[in-house]
Amino acid sequence: MTSAPIISVRGLRKVYRVGEVDVNALRGVDFDIQPGEFVSIIGPSGSGKSTLFHILGGLTPPTSGSVLIAGQDLLGMTDRDRTKLRQKTVGFVFQKYNLLPTLTARDNIEIARYIAGSTGPLDGEFEQMLTLLGVGSRLHHKPRALSGGEQQRIAIARALVNHPAILLADEPTGNLDTENSEAVLKLLRDLNERLGQTILMITHNPEAAAYGHRVIRMRDGHIEGQG
Amino acid sequence: MILTLVGVSKGMLNDQKQRSRGVGADIIVRPPGSAAIGLTGNFDERILPFLQKQSHVAMATGILVEPTGPLTSITGLDFAGFQKMSGDFRFLKGGPIQRPGEVVIDEYYAREHKLKPGSVLKIFNQEWRVAGVFEQGKLARIVVPLAVLQSITASTGKLSAIYVKLDDPALTDSVIAQWKSGGLADYQILSMEALLSQMSVNNIPVLKAFIGVVITLGVIVGFLVVFLSMYTAVLERTREIGILKALGASPGFILSILFRETTVLAVIGTFAGIGLSYAARWLIMTLVPGSLMQAIVPDWWPIAGAIALGGSLLGAVYPGLKAARQDAIEALAYD
Repeated sequence: MTSAPIISVRGLRKVYRVGEVDVNALRGVDFDIQPGEFVSIIGPSGSGKSTLFHILGGLTPPTSGSVLIAGQDLLGMTDRDRTKLRQKTVGFVFQKYNLLPTLTARDNIEIARYIAGSTGPLDGEFEQMLTLLGVGSRLHHKPRALSGGEQQRIAIARALVNHPAILLADEPTGNLDTENSEAVLKLLRDLNERLGQTILMITHNPEAAAYGHRVIRMRDGHIEGQG
Repeated sequence: MILTLVGVSKGMLNDQKQRSRGVGADIIVRPPGSAAIGLTGNFDERILPFLQKQSHVAMATGILVEPTGPLTSITGLDFAGFQKMSGDFRFLKGGPIQRPGEVVIDEYYAREHKLKPGSVLKIFNQEWRVAGVFEQGKLARIVVPLAVLQSITASTGKLSAIYVKLDDPALTDSVIAQWKSGGLADYQILSMEALLSQMSVNNIPVLKAFIGVVITLGVIVGFLVVFLSMYTAVLERTREIGILKALGASPGFILSILFRETTVLAVIGTFAGIGLSYAARWLIMTLVPGSLMQAIVPDWWPIAGAIALGGSLLGAVYPGLKAARQDAIEALAYD
């Protein structure tokens, strides 16, 4: 892994204003992620890992520092730029799946394509990926008819449908039982190994974190260690 | 709501028009200063023999109308003269009045009040026996002899209107002109044709104002309902909007979804409103055909649709903008 990092973070700070109090969520974070890496970020509640996730995903702007994602600096980005980043460059997987309840699994996937400006049927390669995800036969069901594991696999498919450079997963196994957790984690590792998908996974579970190539440990808004 | 209220306004007018047409007269003479529509206000009946003597008058008959409620009235007729002019009453049940204390009623009034020959109804604190039920379209709903109504309402010698039939209807305008220049200038003298043409919403300022108020209320109520519905819908969908934003949906995309949804709802609502106006007419004709009439008003469908669509879209603007500008992280945390 000697190519230019796909994510490069330097001196990242994020300050939230809560009432009249400034809350330092990130206090100077530095790390690099290489293309094709599967990195776990682990840390207790309040360590700043979710804030980092939101900044890397373009959901909130950084206060200061440099955040380069696929060559784009998030610091100077407008809302519109961050919206485009979310359409094409990053894909999200959430702890609570966050599927739209009124749409079928297939429509949940296709709406992500539609938002990104793609139309027409899903390509053959992606249909194969759906088979790999084990949800090919469940696409006409609405989320309420799917198990937690199936919903999370649909959410992964939705995150990957626009072929993003980075897959951001926030506690992807947080709502799943052991068996489904293991299946989802193996799937993420499989996607990383087979497709070279860059994955950044936030978790507080060391067993889940161990599925990554390396682990970044966070505490109190800064990186405590890597390895 | 708008279609039903406008329909009732037009329906009542059409009904009055139809019943007026059923008289068979060429000219109506009303008291000085009276309104064109409505038959309240009285004048001296001695004008009747005066008119009967005028040239080209084939026959003339007077009527007295007294209100019995907000939407109903009782009419006193000279049965012989009236039937000579308009043709005999066609009785569906029972027959004409035979003795004192009897009334005849039309089919709508009978249906609304579940009356039939032999039934008793109370008007002016007096009990009346129904002698017959006649086919609607004959000027009035409740009819008694003219002299009887004059007597019980202390209107002896008074009439509300006189209907005149000419020997040649083509002379109507010239006869009216002649009467107006010949000492009857203060009286409301109209050809029946002119009277019927005046029975439209635009010719009745009070009704026009009423419909204006109804439309305004409809717009305000519709706006508030849509506004609050959309506001609630946006609140309930906060998380969904957060998901869309996380997927890269722009504020314009979210607004367009809300606007498209609003448009579909407004179109469905318009069709539902049209359907409901038919249902309202069925209800009115089933429950209160003697008091109210409702017309179906297709010319108002596009207007009602435009009001629904305009109100809905305006109502969606604020919650739509609020939703589109919502912070995705806050929205995703919403439960």
